[in-house]
Amino acid sequence: MLYKTITKSDFEHLIDFILEQNEIIAPRKVGEKPDGTPIHQFLPIEAFSEMDLDYSKTEYSAKTYFLPFRENLSTWSFGDGGWKQDIQYRQKPRAIIGLHACDIHALLKLDKVMLKGPFPSPYYKARRENTVIIGMDHEPCGSGFCASLGTDILTHGFDLFLTDIGDRYFVAVDSDRGFRILSQVPLAEVTDEDRRRYVRARAAISEKQTIKVHTRNLPTLLDLTFNSAVWEKWGSKCLSCGACAMVCPTCYCYGVKERVCMDLASASKVKQLHSCNLVDFAEVAGGHNFRPTREHRLKYRYYHQHRGFAEAYDEPMCVGCNRCGDTCLAGINPPDVIADLEQENP
Amino acid sequence: MRYLGIEPVKPRVGIFDFSGCEGCQLQLLNKEESLGAFLSALEIVHFREGSSEASDDYDIAFIDGCVTREDEVVRLKKIRSIAKLVVAMGSCASFGGVLRHRNYIDLDAANREVYGDKPKETGKTRAIHEVVKVDVTIPGCPVSKTQVERIVQHLVLGVPFHDVVYPVCVECKQKFNTCMFEKGTLCLGPITRGGCGAPCPTGGLGCWGCRGATVDPNLKEFKDLALKRGFSEAEIDERLAFFGGFEGITCASI
Ligand code: SF4
Ligand code: SF4
Ligand code: SF4
Ligand code: SF4
Ligand code: SF4
Repeated sequence: MLYKTITKSDFEHLIDFILEQNEIIAPRKVGEKPDGTPIHQFLPIEAFSEMDLDYSKTEYSAKTYFLPFRENLSTWSFGDGGWKQDIQYRQKPRAIIGLHACDIHALLKLDKVMLKGPFPSPYYKARRENTVIIGMDHEPCGSGFCASLGTDILTHGFDLFLTDIGDRYFVAVDSDRGFRILSQVPLAEVTDEDRRRYVRARAAISEKQTIKVHTRNLPTLLDLTFNSAVWEKWGSKCLSCGACAMVCPTCYCYGVKERVCMDLASASKVKQLHSCNLVDFAEVAGGHNFRPTREHRLKYRYYHQHRGFAEAYDEPMCVGCNRCGDTCLAGINPPDVIADLEQENP
Repeated sequence: MRYLGIEPVKPRVGIFDFSGCEGCQLQLLNKEESLGAFLSALEIVHFREGSSEASDDYDIAFIDGCVTREDEVVRLKKIRSIAKLVVAMGSCASFGGVLRHRNYIDLDAANREVYGDKPKETGKTRAIHEVVKVDVTIPGCPVSKTQVERIVQHLVLGVPFHDVVYPVCVECKQKFNTCMFEKGTLCLGPITRGGCGAPCPTGGLGCWGCRGATVDPNLKEFKDLALKRGFSEAEIDERLAFFGGFEGITCASI
């Protein structure tokens, strides 16, 4: 890893430079809750001033720029002589600015499934490779428990990662591409004072991480609490609405449907993200449903996030952003559910 | 045109209007980009809004509206005896729609108020399935033309048709919306069947439940969360009753 510092005004120049050639996705303030809390989303911007890097957490993750909610996988057109297939991978380069550490960790976890698994997704790969990631350190978001999962700090998975050290940004460079972009503005070597300031800035952020969730040995705890009444308690509240999976930065489940054009001259395969909480998630031929109740379905969401994925990839899938908990109308959230499981004494 | 080597059948179709605003029929003539193809996939032999032909020989009957008069019962039964397949199209046909409200008021008084000393024959609102057997139900106020097209493809080509079984929230979230509840607005999205693309929450209104209850809705939690956010039982009940898709469900019954 290479470290440099840049001035804040040069960061603005850097954004202008990137905007000349690329689409930029960045946190934008889109509204306020009735209590005045700002609402942010990752959206395209046209100018530096449209971003609000001082955001705490976006309501939705940036997942949609890699795994869109809806995506046309393939289109066929039929003619008298046969048929023609058309597959479009996104080619246009794009930069996402201001991703926090947890959201970059989420991408690294998705990579394990989408790029390094037995069936790499060319759609995901095309977007991933064409997206420059410029991350940023930030004050803890309030409801997240990333520190309990070790996703509040980061050593790779980005092109550039910035930490505010007062009048300058301390920049970690993790790719050639990142270095080439950064070289558009004057770079300074890291001084002893910068080093001290960086360490202090990081320590100040860590100190504010107050939400603790016991995640050590969680896969085993989940095994031991399989029949716990905790699942009935939280499961009976679940609306089976899938909102949690839609905002989650790591949920990747989907369904594929065929859509035939009304003139029968073409058809397409359309992928749509789904959720394991939805009533038909585990429905198979013959109408059998392996997850017939909300209790089952909610339990298996936690099992995949904290146990199944950990078994397959040696780490949980959840990055602790608590977007699922923030969005859930029924108030179901990982810190409370996991705390209840902890209380169980199997 | 053949699709995957399947020779499409061109069914004879009748489109019939009962009590309602006829908006669902009008929907059939929307979506101009595929209207020609839609109309040529079918042989429409009875469609008051679309043509002057009125034949009594059809395979499929699309029913728009609900039943509120005895002559409608007779007409509907006749249609059922002719059609191989009856499709209830829209919220009124599916479960009574807004006309279901008539069942909760004094109809005689309403009749006098509107028609003075020349009252018209009118009775309680019944959904199509409450009078005859219905084979396919497509709720929605109005019905979504895309869904009608899929049903037609299903009937003509055997392309499988599965209505979504998830609630409106899924498509609402997939539109990047901030939840209406966050903005202090009531929304039936969590308990209403999706498939509409969530136009109402996207447009800044809560969902009013025009597609009826979703599969296995969690009514108890919905009631709790709405009450907890300050909505009254009366507001929730009014919303539940609006399109008739939650017939018999009130805060008291949950
Ligand atoms: S946990 Fe909450 S957000 Fe997720 S499906 Fe259940 S009710 Fe919806
Ligand atoms: S199974 Fe559930 S928790 Fe796992 S990725 Fe799919 S939706 Fe997310
Ligand atoms: S499961 Fe919840 S807390 Fe974990 S990554 Fe997904 S949204 Fe964030
Ligand atoms: S606005 Fe309505 S449909 Fe959308 S997420 Fe909220 S409750 Fe669900
Ligand atoms: S959001 Fe609700 S009221 Fe609006 S169209 Fe969909 S089901 Fe109907």
